[in-house]
Amino acid sequence: MSTSTAPLLDVRDLQVEFHTRDGVAKAVNGVSYTVDEGQTLAVLGESGSGKSVTAQAIMGILDTPPGKIAGGQVLFRGQDLLKLKEEQRRKIRGSEMAMIFQDALSSLNPVLSVGDQLAEMFTVHRGMSKKDARAKSIELMERVGIPGAKERVRQYPHQFSGGMRQRIMIAMALALEPALIIADEPTTALDVTVQAQVMDLLAGLQSELNMGLILITHDLGVVADVADRIAVMYAGRIVETSPVHDIYQAPAHPYTRGLLRSIPRLDQKGRELYAIKGLPPNLMNIPPGCAFNPRCPLAQDICRTDEPPLYKVSRERASACHFWQRTLEGEEAATDD
Amino acid sequence: MTEAILEVRDLAKHYPLTQGILFKKQVGAVRAVDGVDLDLITGETLGIVGESGCGKSTLAKMIVHLERPTAGTIRYKGEDITKLSGRALKAVRRNIQMVFQDPYTSLNPRMTVGDIIGEPYDIHPEVAPKGDRRRRVRELLDVVGLNPEYINRYPHQFSGGQRQRIGIARGLALQPEIIVADEPVSALDVSVQAQVINLLAGLQDEFDLTLMFISHDLSIVRHISDRVGVMYLGRVVELGRDEEIYDHPTHPYTQALLSAVPVPDPEAREHRERIILGGDVPSPANIPSGCRFRTRCWKAQERCALEVPLLAVPAVFRLAEPGPAQHPSACHFAEEKKVVPTAE
Repeated sequence: MSTSTAPLLDVRDLQVEFHTRDGVAKAVNGVSYTVDEGQTLAVLGESGSGKSVTAQAIMGILDTPPGKIAGGQVLFRGQDLLKLKEEQRRKIRGSEMAMIFQDALSSLNPVLSVGDQLAEMFTVHRGMSKKDARAKSIELMERVGIPGAKERVRQYPHQFSGGMRQRIMIAMALALEPALIIADEPTTALDVTVQAQVMDLLAGLQSELNMGLILITHDLGVVADVADRIAVMYAGRIVETSPVHDIYQAPAHPYTRGLLRSIPRLDQKGRELYAIKGLPPNLMNIPPGCAFNPRCPLAQDICRTDEPPLYKVSRERASACHFWQRTLEGEEAATDD
Repeated sequence: MTEAILEVRDLAKHYPLTQGILFKKQVGAVRAVDGVDLDLITGETLGIVGESGCGKSTLAKMIVHLERPTAGTIRYKGEDITKLSGRALKAVRRNIQMVFQDPYTSLNPRMTVGDIIGEPYDIHPEVAPKGDRRRRVRELLDVVGLNPEYINRYPHQFSGGQRQRIGIARGLALQPEIIVADEPVSALDVSVQAQVINLLAGLQDEFDLTLMFISHDLSIVRHISDRVGVMYLGRVVELGRDEEIYDHPTHPYTQALLSAVPVPDPEAREHRERIILGGDVPSPANIPSGCRFRTRCWKAQERCALEVPLLAVPAVFRLAEPGPAQHPSACHFAEEKKVVPTAE
C-alpha cells in the first residue's frame, strides 16, 4: 500500500447507541483502537460491554434502526468506511475484511450445501464460473483441514460437527484473502480439545497470510495464548490497552485486575475466589464519572464525578483510571479483602 | 475412607434409535451413559468433567431420578433407588436436589420468586408448615445473597447471576443432603461466575452438603472439587483427588484435555507442551470397540481395539511406591505425564 504509515484499521472515538422503547442504550461510548497487518488485537469484555457492537459497526452489519452510529470514524487503510455508500461497503466486506461468528450453525444457511455457500464468495465477488468456484471451494476446505473435502463439499451444514462447521466459517472468511479478519468469540461454542484445534488453525493461517486479526472474546486464557495486544472493554468504553505480556503481570485498571483475580486457575487451587462485587451497569443508565466506580475498591469522590480519560501508562499502554499508578503498584484499598 | 452416601454401579442409559413410522423397530441405541461406577462420599465435592456428549448431564439426571437408567444401580445409603416409585421415591428425592445450567429457562417466568423457591414445600409439606413458608423463603433469599424484599418479583427482573442464586435457593429449600449442580456457572460472565462459585462453596460448608459439580470447565472444577472424575463417551476414564488428576494425570485423554485449556498467562505459551487431538468425538450411537478413546489416541495399539480397559489403578502403578499416580485410570498404557505447569 502507498500509505504505509497508516495502520490497517484505525477506529476513532466510535459511538453507537440503540434507541429502544425504554430509552437510549449507549452501547459504545468513544472506542478507539488500531490494528496493523499481521497483528492480533484481542478485545476482551463481558456481555454488554460493547465488544461485539463495535465489531458490527466496523463491518457495517449493525442493525439500523434500532442501532445508530452516533459519532466517530472507522478508517480502513486511511479511508473512512462510515462515509461510504452501502454498495461500496459491500465490495469491501468479504474481500477486504471478513468476519467469523460465534455460532456456526446459525450463521450458515441450512438449505444450501457447504460447497454452494463457499462458491458464492467467488462467483459474486470475483465473477468466477461455477465450475472454477467449486474447485476453489474444495481447495479452501482442504486448507482448513477438512478431511475428504471432495465428497463433503456437497454436504449440508447439519452433517458437520461443531468444530468442522467453525472450520467452514473460517474457510469462508478467508476465501478472498482479506487483509482484516474479525473473529467474534470463534471458539466459545466449542469443546476445549476442539477449541485448541480451531485456534491453532486460525493463528496459523493468520501468520501465513499476514492478516490483521481482531479477536473478540471473554476468555482471558484464549487471549494469553494468541494475542499481541489487548483492549479491555467495560460499559462501552476501553478501560485499558496494553501489549499482552504486561497486562497479565501488572494490570493498570482495577477492573482488569479484578477479572484476572476472579478466574479459577488450572494450575492453582485456592480456597476462595476473588469476586468483583456488584453487577455491570445498565447501559441506559451508566453511572456518572467512571462507569466502574460502584464496583471499584479504589473509588474516591473524583471517580464519581469526573470521567477518567485514557491516561498514558507507558509508550504502549493506557488506562482509564484516575488511580492507574496505584493500581499498577498493586495497591489495595483499605476496604478491599 | 469415610462412608459413601451414594454408590453408583455399572450405570447405563441407552436411548433407542428407531426406524419406521407405523411399525417402529429398534435399529440401534445412543449409549449416552455406558457403565459408570462412582462413589459420592458424605460431605465431599465430586467434580465431573467432560466434553459435550460425554454423558455427564445424563448421569446427573439419573441420580436425581429425572431419567430411569437402562441398567445398573444407584444406592443411596445402601438402598437401590432406581426401582423406587411412589412415596418411597418422594422421600429420597427430598434429599437429592438439583441446580440447573440455564438460569433463563429453569425458572418459570410467570411465577414470583417467592412461589418458585416455595414450590418444593407444596410437594413436601412436612418440611415447612404452611404459615412458616414465607419466612423460610425470605431466609433462603438472604442465605444466597439476595434481598429478602425481592420475594414478590419475577425472574425477568433479575440478572443471570441473581437468577442462578434463585435456582440455588430452590435447591436448598428442602434441606437436602446432596446437591447435583449441572454446569451451574457456564452461562455467567467471569466476574459473576466467581461470586456464584464462592456462594456454592460457602453453602456447602454451612449446611454440610455433599456436592456433585458437573462442568466442562476444568479450572472451575479444580477450584471447587475434592475429587474429580473425567468422562469420555459415557464412561469415567480417570478418577482421583484433585492433585492426582491435575498434577499427575495418567490417562491420555485427561492429559490432552488439560493441555488444551488456555492458561491465562502469556509467559506459559512458549514453554507449555500442547497435545492437540485429531478428529472429533465419535458418535455415542457408534462407539468404537475396546477402548473408546483409541480413535483419537496417539498411544493406541492393537490391544486397545480388542480389550476394554477397566477403571482401576493401572498395573504399572499398583506395584510401585504409593504416590499420586496411583489412582484409577482406564488405560492399558497409562503413564504419568505432567501437562499443567506448576505455578510458583
